Amino acid sequence: MAQTAAAGHADHGHDHHEDHEGLKVLGFWIFLVTDCILFGTLFATYMVLRTHYDGGPTGAELFEMPGVIAETFILLTSSFTSGLATLAMHQGKVKSLINWLIVTAVLGAAFIGLEVNEFINLAHEGATISRSAFLSAFFTLVGTHGLHVSIGLGWMVGLMFQLKRRGITAVTKRKVTTVSLYWHFLDVIWIFLLTVVYLMGVM
Amino acid sequence: MLDKIKDFASTFFVTGDPLIYGADVSIALTMIAILFVLTYYKKWGWLWKEWLTTVDHKKIGIMYLISSLLMLFRGGVDALLMRAQLALPNVEFLNAEHYNAVFTTHGTIMILFMAMPMMFALFNMVVPLQLGARDVAYPFLNALSFWLFFMGAMLFNLSFVIGGSPDAGWLSYPPLSEMSSSPGVGQNFYIWGIQISGIGSLATGINFMVTILKMRAPGMKMMKMPLFSWSVLSSCVMIIFAFPILTVTLALLFLDRFLGAHFFTLDGGGNPMMYVNLIWMWGHPEVYIVVIPAFGIFSEIVSVFSKKKVFGYKSMVFSMMLISVLSFFTWVHHFFTMGAGADVNAFFAISTMAIGIPTGVKVFNWLFTMFRGRIQMKQPMLWTLAFIPCFVVGGATGVMLAVAPADYQYHNSYFLIAHFHQVLIGGVVFGYLAGIYYWWPKLFGFKLDERLGKWAFWLWNIGFYLCFMPQYALGFMGMTRRVYTYGWDMGWAPYNIVSTVGAFMMGIGFIFQVWQISYSIKKGDRDLTGDTWGGRTLEWSIPSPPPVYNFAVVPEVKEQDAWWDMKEKGLDKIRPDHYEPIHMPKNSSIPFIMSVFWFVAGFGFVFGWMWMAVPGMIGVFGCLIARSFSYDTDYYIPAEEVRETELALRGNV
Repeated sequence: MAQTAAAGHADHGHDHHEDHEGLKVLGFWIFLVTDCILFGTLFATYMVLRTHYDGGPTGAELFEMPGVIAETFILLTSSFTSGLATLAMHQGKVKSLINWLIVTAVLGAAFIGLEVNEFINLAHEGATISRSAFLSAFFTLVGTHGLHVSIGLGWMVGLMFQLKRRGITAVTKRKVTTVSLYWHFLDVIWIFLLTVVYLMGVM
Repeated sequence: MLDKIKDFASTFFVTGDPLIYGADVSIALTMIAILFVLTYYKKWGWLWKEWLTTVDHKKIGIMYLISSLLMLFRGGVDALLMRAQLALPNVEFLNAEHYNAVFTTHGTIMILFMAMPMMFALFNMVVPLQLGARDVAYPFLNALSFWLFFMGAMLFNLSFVIGGSPDAGWLSYPPLSEMSSSPGVGQNFYIWGIQISGIGSLATGINFMVTILKMRAPGMKMMKMPLFSWSVLSSCVMIIFAFPILTVTLALLFLDRFLGAHFFTLDGGGNPMMYVNLIWMWGHPEVYIVVIPAFGIFSEIVSVFSKKKVFGYKSMVFSMMLISVLSFFTWVHHFFTMGAGADVNAFFAISTMAIGIPTGVKVFNWLFTMFRGRIQMKQPMLWTLAFIPCFVVGGATGVMLAVAPADYQYHNSYFLIAHFHQVLIGGVVFGYLAGIYYWWPKLFGFKLDERLGKWAFWLWNIGFYLCFMPQYALGFMGMTRRVYTYGWDMGWAPYNIVSTVGAFMMGIGFIFQVWQISYSIKKGDRDLTGDTWGGRTLEWSIPSPPPVYNFAVVPEVKEQDAWWDMKEKGLDKIRPDHYEPIHMPKNSSIPFIMSVFWFVAGFGFVFGWMWMAVPGMIGVFGCLIARSFSYDTDYYIPAEEVRETELALRGNV
């Protein structure tokens, strides 16, 4: 396990947890690199197929910007509140930390709600994943982001219980750090989504 | 009711071929034998506690090794079936469909379920020991990686007897792999088998990257790190950048098949050529992912068995890193004939040839290391020496293929088959075998018998050249890949029969190796010093097999080839006067259970059974939550226990 301190040194007795948690954060950063590539591949696929309508509806016909802009604001705000949660954690305020996480999760849930709503509306108009290559790429790219957000939500809720029971420790601190990294990352991906899919789509 | 069951069984189980009945019987017998032995000797608890739930990297490495050898057997049998079918014209041993399935599973298994796990076996067996570390960065994740690979491999192999094997080639090109051409479940087995094990591979890449960057013994600067560890780092960089592409590609293909999406279909605006681009953006780095660790192995072995420091250490490191970057700029050479245009083809032709330069640097460095060295012809060195000419020929034919205009001639011919087997067998298989012979005593405490090993070595080598040299000629004579039979009038028969003889010689070589292992378990030379070969790196400074914590006292590194340096300074004889408690991870059953759930979910997706897939996925997430809520994950080995273990292992302290 953690072993940056050489054995035999006099100051060796302390617990290794601290830098072991740091190790996990580094691993999480590398995981985010792989996730970047995953999204990059989906974006590339979308770029290739985005004009392959096969006689079906186009992006300009389908996308309803008010909903998308609302989603954007909600998600950006949730990224901000997750930042406030981290801030509260560094000040050692468990209660405020949990509250900000709850706000973040509620905003995240609202985002997912809007997205599901959008998908259902599209399906009602006959714009399903099997209609055209463009729609296959659209649903997969946007849906993968939505799936990521949903997983982040479940993760955050689980973390709230752990924070309630254990308070702020080295371990829970690392977990809050990684989940907020993840959340900011999804925000960045969304900005690209907004630009490449929606703004370029209605242009 | 009975009719319904009968009807279901006749589509569910693959029937109608004696080979498959044979496989059914052998699978059933093996299962019964395993169950019987475990119950009779009351070994269930031992199996669970010591192996299925272990997070010890050395044991995980051994499990990887065993699984990959089993897969080498399965992939090898596929190869021999193909060679039997092609030995003479107009043979009716396999029919066309069966032949398609066999070449598909041969390719997939050899790359993804044999080469990859064998590589991970060596990562796990060696890297923490070379770095002077007590474990990998994430031991739990490491166990999970193994079990994901294992379940993925089992799922893939199940297709042989349940539902039907994939038969669209090892990379599953659409439209062949789409519903329109492959309506059965074979492609689904392919997608989910690889997807599940691929997640494990990606996690291993992250795990070993962090291990190498962060867990080196004090004083081991990056430029003092053993070259095998460098090669692992280089391979991990490629895994991290390449495997997400594979994940996406397979997911998209599955969406096409499962939800009727149109990514790669011929209708609906899909583009099959995009699949080919995506799969090779992963696939070409993949061949470097598996070959680079072999280069690391050769560097270690050449140095130890020539009793010299490796020549050109820095250029070795630099060339590996260069290869890992260049590997991402070569993928188009797999389809020069696509019609991408002269400029694109020229770019990829040049970048493909450029990769030969750092590779050539490495070969010369090995030769210079041997120059004026005191060379010992032990098994690891033999395989290393056999690798060099083999890889040189393979590299030369590779450059021939990389010439874009000439590739229009060789494309899809047996010339290509001969080339990539030459680099993959000569590079990867010879390399990993060398590595296994080299590190076997470290992990198991005994050497593999030299005499039987030499038999295996010569059978493999002579068999190899007999098998693949004629295939170059066959390529020029116009024999294309994937043909399952041909006529007498082609004039291919003499070359094919020689090739088949060679393939069977390699098969006999493998049998010799199995014999060698089982013989050596009882009679092999025991390794009592821990330093079997007069090694240079830290893994040889501890007893064989190493205790669970590897290093009782974490070593301080001063020089490259740290252990050699310690031996020269006489520091190797010094025993520590006191020990500290050691912090270790606890075993966990979650990796195994979670992977079983993945298997259940994967099987459900293969057959489109949501009643099975959904609970499977719920189980997967349940395991994640269970892990997240468990805080009691490590423990301390008391100093007294460490002292006693060391006393028992090293004798008089």
